[in-house]
Amino acid sequence: MTSSTQTRPSARPATSAAAEPTPPRVRLNRRNKRATRARRAVLPTLALWIPVLLFLFPLLWFLLSSFKPGGELFRYPLTFWPETFTLDGFAKAWERVDFARYFGNTLFVSTITTVLTVFFSASTGYALAKYKARWLNVLFICILATTMLPTEVILTPTFAVIRDLGLYNTLAGIIVPSVITATGIFMFRQFFITVPDELIEAARIDGVSELGIFFRIMLPLAKPIILTLAIFSFQWRWNDYIWPLIVLNDPKQYTIQVALRGLVGAENIDWTVLLPASVISIIPLAVIFVIFQKYVMSADLNSGLKD
Amino acid sequence: MTIQKTASPGTSRPVISRPATSRPAKSRRRGARYVTAPIVLSAVVVVLFALFFVWPGLLGLIYSFTDYRGVGKLDFIGLDNYAELLGDEDFYQALTRTVLYVVLYVPLCYAISLGIAVLLVNLHTKGKTLAKIIFFIPWLVSPIVTGVIWRWLFGESFGLVNFVIASVGGTAVPWSSNADLAMVVVIVASAWANTAFSMLLFIAAIKNVPTSYYEAASLDGANAWQRFRAITLPGIAPTSVMVVLLTTIGSMKEFSMVQALNGGGPGTENRLIVQYIYETGFQRAEVGYASAVSMVLMVVLLAIALIQLQFDKKAKSDF
Repeated sequence: MTSSTQTRPSARPATSAAAEPTPPRVRLNRRNKRATRARRAVLPTLALWIPVLLFLFPLLWFLLSSFKPGGELFRYPLTFWPETFTLDGFAKAWERVDFARYFGNTLFVSTITTVLTVFFSASTGYALAKYKARWLNVLFICILATTMLPTEVILTPTFAVIRDLGLYNTLAGIIVPSVITATGIFMFRQFFITVPDELIEAARIDGVSELGIFFRIMLPLAKPIILTLAIFSFQWRWNDYIWPLIVLNDPKQYTIQVALRGLVGAENIDWTVLLPASVISIIPLAVIFVIFQKYVMSADLNSGLKD
Repeated sequence: MTIQKTASPGTSRPVISRPATSRPAKSRRRGARYVTAPIVLSAVVVVLFALFFVWPGLLGLIYSFTDYRGVGKLDFIGLDNYAELLGDEDFYQALTRTVLYVVLYVPLCYAISLGIAVLLVNLHTKGKTLAKIIFFIPWLVSPIVTGVIWRWLFGESFGLVNFVIASVGGTAVPWSSNADLAMVVVIVASAWANTAFSMLLFIAAIKNVPTSYYEAASLDGANAWQRFRAITLPGIAPTSVMVVLLTTIGSMKEFSMVQALNGGGPGTENRLIVQYIYETGFQRAEVGYASAVSMVLMVVLLAIALIQLQFDKKAKSDF
């Protein structure tokens, strides 16, 4: 339904009518033109903004509720806007949940994993893009297979492997298995394919070693991909739940998601704590998103996943 | 940095003087020079792949023929686990619930993300940047918090949705005590959470469709819907296949969000397959049996992937 309003994708810069040569006899006067443009905007704009509001609403309700005092949270009639704004819930949540520790753990895990993921995805993606060997084709298919067969499916044997490697109940146990991501490797492979071979040939003639080419020329070139994958990887790891749940046993090691699960999994959920605690848990990612928004939104994900 | 000092002319000479397509003997020698570099570059990934994909896969296959309970020796019991699985109603329930979830959720997510992507590249839509950011916010929210948000919204006795229904004269809807309604909430919440990613894929794909096609179609008098059907849809077909594949696999392994939303409830009626594996493998410590379930699920996923890749081939050759 909504798609019927589609006209033309704005692949080209929004030049609109101004840049197009209009034959004089078709040219309308300016006011008329603005009116038609406004009329054409009504339908798609409405079609876009109704879902926008629907998407925003659950989040708003959740955010506003976290500022309500305990008594108001369940008092009928419910009001959208809190009658009294209070930070009591946040103070209580901060006291009940050891955020400093959980944020610390999660930050540690997410950062280390992200650095490793980006680096090894880049090196493997480069090897897959710029070297020819039969085993590399096999490796590529194997990596492709990891998207089709996620490890969540083989939960118990993977846990046994982590245990046998002595990684049970350590943060390394959630870092090491999550380093490989097919998406990351594809993104880099796709990017390095577009880098002309002449660049490598020239460097070789200049006597730069193979690894030198990767470190000194290719890695700096791939900066946009590095940033995009870094943000994605950080988000994946920050929000990871199932591996930390299985691998970590000691509450001191918990990541924020597992800690939150302790609140939501309780017999009687204490919403006055759960809501503010959940809000707090989102803040770090929200800050990162605000800073790097550009890199996420303009990410040419297609190139990474299509092939 | 590129100013070199030690490059021996003997090795670099033939490289420059020779055109790219040369005799096989020479190119083999040249290839041999670059054997170690790719090995070094991808060694860690190869090792990690072997450790965390191949090894667990084989281990799971072995476990599935044993009654291993996490400790002690492996005790082979042949195909007993698989035989038991055939008659296990809990397994069938988890599997059918998962299939139902996938079948309803994937098309919904596809339609919403494609629809939004189309509107976001539409020339006439206003406020696109802000809208895009808002659609993207759920991506930041973790599955656990997504579960919390929707649980709060659809609480039977305290949720806003039931309050609104009651205030317009309806009766409270059993969002969490009716299995089918609880599934509806799970599906809606998943769609809310996962639209952003597919939307980004679609936006990139739609922008890659050549504008000239649309212009030609407009000249021929095709309306917006016809242009969408005849140009956009075939133009983004490979991405469509990819999105369907990724959302299907993503939803087959759904676990965390449901944990926070209703824990697979009411009771165990909406228990999805990964949760079933988790509960048998970890809470009941029936590692052998859980591994058998994993193997069955792997075959299912492999079949799905192969079928969809066939569509992908077709999609790429059609346009």
